[in-house]
Amino acid sequence: MAEPLVRLRGVDKAYVDHVVTPVLHGIDLTVLPGEFIALTGPSGSGKSTLLNLIGLLDRPTAGEVYLEGRATSALNDAELTRLRARRLGFVFQFHHLLPAFTAVENVELPMLADRGRRDPELRARAARLLESIGLGDRMPYLAPDLSGGQQPRVAIARAHAGDPPQVLADEPTGNLDTESGRQVLELVRRINRERHTAFIIVTHDERIAHQCDRIVHLVDGRIVGDDAP
Amino acid sequence: MNFELIVALRYLREGRGQTALILTGIAVGVGVIVFLSALINGLQTSLIDRTLGSQAHVVVRPPEELPRVLTAEPGTLHGVIVQRPPQRVRSIKQWQQAREDIARFPGVVAVAPTVIGPAMASRGPGSSAVAVRGIDPEQYQRIVALREKLVAGSLDLTGFRALIGIDLADDLGVRVGDRVRLQAGLERTAVYTVAGIFDFGNRDLNQRWVFVSLRAAQALFALDGGVSTLEVRGTRIFDAEALAQRITERTGLVADSWMAVNAQLLVGLRSQSSSSYMIQTFVILAVALGIASVLAVSVVQKSREIGILRATGAPRGRVMRIFLIQGGLLGLAGSALGILLGIVLALLFASLAKNPDGSATFPVELTAALFLRAAATAVGVGILAGLFPARRAARMDPAAVIRGG
Ligand SMILES: Nc1ncnc2c1ncn2[C@@H]1O[C@H](COP(=O)(O)OP(=O)(O)O)[C@@H](O)[C@H]1O
Ligand SMILES: [Mg+2]
Repeated sequence: MAEPLVRLRGVDKAYVDHVVTPVLHGIDLTVLPGEFIALTGPSGSGKSTLLNLIGLLDRPTAGEVYLEGRATSALNDAELTRLRARRLGFVFQFHHLLPAFTAVENVELPMLADRGRRDPELRARAARLLESIGLGDRMPYLAPDLSGGQQPRVAIARAHAGDPPQVLADEPTGNLDTESGRQVLELVRRINRERHTAFIIVTHDERIAHQCDRIVHLVDGRIVGDDAP
Repeated sequence: MNFELIVALRYLREGRGQTALILTGIAVGVGVIVFLSALINGLQTSLIDRTLGSQAHVVVRPPEELPRVLTAEPGTLHGVIVQRPPQRVRSIKQWQQAREDIARFPGVVAVAPTVIGPAMASRGPGSSAVAVRGIDPEQYQRIVALREKLVAGSLDLTGFRALIGIDLADDLGVRVGDRVRLQAGLERTAVYTVAGIFDFGNRDLNQRWVFVSLRAAQALFALDGGVSTLEVRGTRIFDAEALAQRITERTGLVADSWMAVNAQLLVGLRSQSSSSYMIQTFVILAVALGIASVLAVSVVQKSREIGILRATGAPRGRVMRIFLIQGGLLGLAGSALGILLGIVLALLFASLAKNPDGSATFPVELTAALFLRAAATAVGVGILAGLFPARRAARMDPAAVIRGG
């Protein structure tokens, strides 16, 4: 068996502000290279929280998150940031492109943030990526000038730009019409097949879930189902 | 170009309206500072120039004569009235030696011997109390630029020739070539030909000062080769007081700096400077608060974008620098505009504030050093003002973004 990309062992998560809100309980989960996983569950069941933990954006209250075999609880912010930049891709719920930047700049920016300096190679890579998903002519458009169907595809290109072994997507089709949603899933699937990139997709949409290879179902912070559809 | 500079520039461009507004604010602030500094520096320089136009930096004279008390036999009690000895012009002991010593002090540019004493100047029935100053014109020129003050005649004081002020010439009704009588004490008197007429731009000096040759003054005050004073010029005018103290310590002579003589003026200059500093401080504070609040608002507006940058791999330090750089850039651009504004204001003021005869009342001092200081201050203040918002940005929780916050 290949080395897992992510392994969660006995992970609990509780939010602590004025009150303690326990959210996740005893999560064990393993993600292998190239997997195409749907993460489903009712609203408030802890899907986003779980994705944050896998994405090293938050730390568990108990248990351990291993990224490519490496325990992450002892890493500092700079090390976690570097891992996010190089080993993980993110697609956010409302796509969240940066409005002051063009399509190609949005794709380039995370690589630039990690590298620190402008590099024609990074720009060329971002351009090639947009070309390959049929958005070559949209490169110089500012993000807000892209259509509702184009924005999530640019966001997926951004997540994929550094060629990370896995991409985490939180309801990437949540607010899209059926056609755009279909296009997004198609694109994601294509990247998964061509680059062997693993995807974990949080979704409410039964149809989308059923196109995945594996469905992880969460209820009240517990994994209650983990199967092929 | 690096990441943080790219993002900073883009954010400034994106918030055009805000950027233009705060740039205007910074420009006005820097403009006020530049204008005020140019004005006050110019004013102070001209006041000091005027004061030092007729004065040495340091004037050295013999120690005070102590009044002597003669007591009778020991054991008897006396009521004693102490009187200062009668004023007379006294010579500095071994003045040539003292002069050489002082000339070797670090920071001394020139030393000129002078004889200064009171006399009556008269012509026909008119007479006036004057202060005679015996000088060697060549040496004295290095202390006070007498040649530039001449309005008629020449500096040639050989023989019995004198320079008098323009107002004394008026009072006595004399012109170059006329004769005046100088009388010091009851028996010493001599007639002098007016060699030249000077104007110090000061009525009192123009009425009272009469320059004659060193030798003539020595004769007039019976000094017999002695001099009453040594006048000293230093390299830096504000070191004069320290120089005077060193001279006193090392030679035992009395040395008065122009700063001690014009203590009142200095107090005035100092309070002027400190009120100007206070105004500048408040202006800087206002500019800093303006920049800080614009950036703080920007951080709040962009919290989601900052979260995305952090989540997708921008390190804390880079995110922080995005906002520090914005502060610095605002300061830089704002100060460039502000310096232009300050120059315009200063030149406008200079063209309005004129003497009745149309000459400038005083020059405004627009120097590269002033501009550099203003720009450096603005950039520094911009970066400092960005510090708080920048730290806030760097601490933003990227997890909130994924939760769809
Ligand atoms: N920062 C937070 N502080 C406190 N409670 C939170 C926070 N974020 C999420 N929660 C709570 O955690 C639970 C799970 O949230 P979330 O992971 O967003 O669920 P889902 O994505 O499945 O809808 C919810 O009850 C939510 O109110
Ligand atoms: Mg959610």
